[in-house]
Amino acid sequence: MVASRETYGTEFETQDLLLNVGPQHPSTHGVFRMVLQVDGEVVKDVIPHIGYLHRGAEKLCETMDFRQGIGFMDRTEYLAAFNAELSYVMAVEALADIEVPERAQWIRMILCELNRLSSHFMFMGAFGIDVGVFATPFIYAWKEREQILDLFEEVAGDRMMYAYFRPGGLAWDVPHNFKARVREVLKSTRIGINDFDGLLTKDEIFRTRTQGVGVISAEEAIEWGMSGPSIRASGVPMDVRKDEPYLFYDQIDFNVASRTEGDVYARYSCRMEEMWESVRIIEQCLEKMPDYGPIMPEKMPRMLRTPPGEVYIRTEAPRGEYGIYMVSQGGNRPYRLKVRSACLSNLQALKDMSVNQYVADAIIVLGSIDIVLSEVDR
Amino acid sequence: MNGIARSMLTTLSTFMRKPVTRDYPVVHKELPKTDRAFPLLLWDHEIDEPFCTGCHACERACPVECMTVLMKDNPNHKSLGGDSSRRKIIDKFWIDYGRCMRCNICVEVCNFEAIAMNNTWTGHETSVYDRRDLTMDLQQLLSQSRAGKINEWVPVIGQANEDPAAVKAE
Ligand code: SF4
Ligand code: SF4
Repeated sequence: MVASRETYGTEFETQDLLLNVGPQHPSTHGVFRMVLQVDGEVVKDVIPHIGYLHRGAEKLCETMDFRQGIGFMDRTEYLAAFNAELSYVMAVEALADIEVPERAQWIRMILCELNRLSSHFMFMGAFGIDVGVFATPFIYAWKEREQILDLFEEVAGDRMMYAYFRPGGLAWDVPHNFKARVREVLKSTRIGINDFDGLLTKDEIFRTRTQGVGVISAEEAIEWGMSGPSIRASGVPMDVRKDEPYLFYDQIDFNVASRTEGDVYARYSCRMEEMWESVRIIEQCLEKMPDYGPIMPEKMPRMLRTPPGEVYIRTEAPRGEYGIYMVSQGGNRPYRLKVRSACLSNLQALKDMSVNQYVADAIIVLGSIDIVLSEVDR
Repeated sequence: MNGIARSMLTTLSTFMRKPVTRDYPVVHKELPKTDRAFPLLLWDHEIDEPFCTGCHACERACPVECMTVLMKDNPNHKSLGGDSSRRKIIDKFWIDYGRCMRCNICVEVCNFEAIAMNNTWTGHETSVYDRRDLTMDLQQLLSQSRAGKINEWVPVIGQANEDPAAVKAE
């Protein structure tokens, strides 16, 4: 049969193609594998395969005492390890009923917000590459992130796996010039965020590429249990820092960034606004933080033991709600530890977001929910 | 088109800024004293022997079990005519740097301040061709401190900075 203009596209008995992406694919942000069922260029179905990075951190922590577990929590969420540690030590503190000194809480808050900045910078850079703005934003993001990591190194001793928060407070005190150094970093960060505003936010090519792609409605997002910037971009202004303030977030004036479009661009600009908010939060913290004071309660036992009980502590990590569910039967280690990771829930919505989009768009949808695979698999 | 022009301007404006990169293998960044690479054993220069008594505290506390400690009687002890007050001393010590997760716990539990995290560049440039070479023995662990090439820093857990004003008032 000769193809004519009228019958074009119907005379071929085409079959959908299964296209394997990952697990070692640069655009899957780690070892994530997805099988795309494609009809030509259009994605019809997404089958995600997770578990390549499963290390059993939760189970491992059941054999570790509370201090040893901190290091493993770092590694579940390596791009925002302070936030992961925070949930863990707050869970231990709630179980053992420890009062954390005020100054330690302010320092924790500053470090967590700085970590949010560094994590979002990482997102900006990697997302730029996904979208096809080749290496320029990536290197800019790296430059800014580097400043923050340098500060972390001076404070906590390590650039990514800090092991710095302890049940009760902090391991050791911050350097004497901490406040000045944070201000210095913020100065460069402000320039950095501005750069990104100039590079991407207003760019017409970038907007055409991302607006209206990978839309997810508020109802669907809630049903999938999404959290963090990914759900706020769909018009659900849910933020643990506002809804259930922990640390001193109730004493700080900040806005919850949210958008209503629910597309890739909304998720991007939501994060962008969050970075400005983080800068504001840190500035207020610096004002309120006392210069000197204890960082741990006076009487901390050498080996911490908790009474039996169970807690669920949730905090707002850069990618969403990072929760720790901890059961203790007494003794110096948790009986059961469960990490509620935001990335796992966010990733589940990938299918809803990318069906009936082009293959290239499926990639930027995956990039826009900003997953860390070690947090998905633990 | 405005947006694209602005992107270009942003890129152009960075030509005016100072470079932030370093010529790495030639120029090393100065490391803060808090920097943590891998644990090292410290050398007691006064008595000329290691601080470590082989008490196994660090071995038991290490979350990844990468240390092996063996102790022996100290031949240099006072009762044997020597000048050391350590009855026991370290005989063999291995740390597998390939497994160590640099958590600082061994430093915290040591009662003799005998172990510290390496905060110099040698701790970061440890690449080898065979992963078995990452298991360090006693001589390798001690040599750097013995040569005095470590910026010793053993943190006291939970200790706050002293307020200079309060110290003056006393
Ligand atoms: S380093 Fe310290 S804790 Fe470890 S065996 Fe030696 S003395 Fe004991
Ligand atoms: S730093 Fe941590 S993992 Fe490494 S040897 Fe010491 S206790 Fe073990």
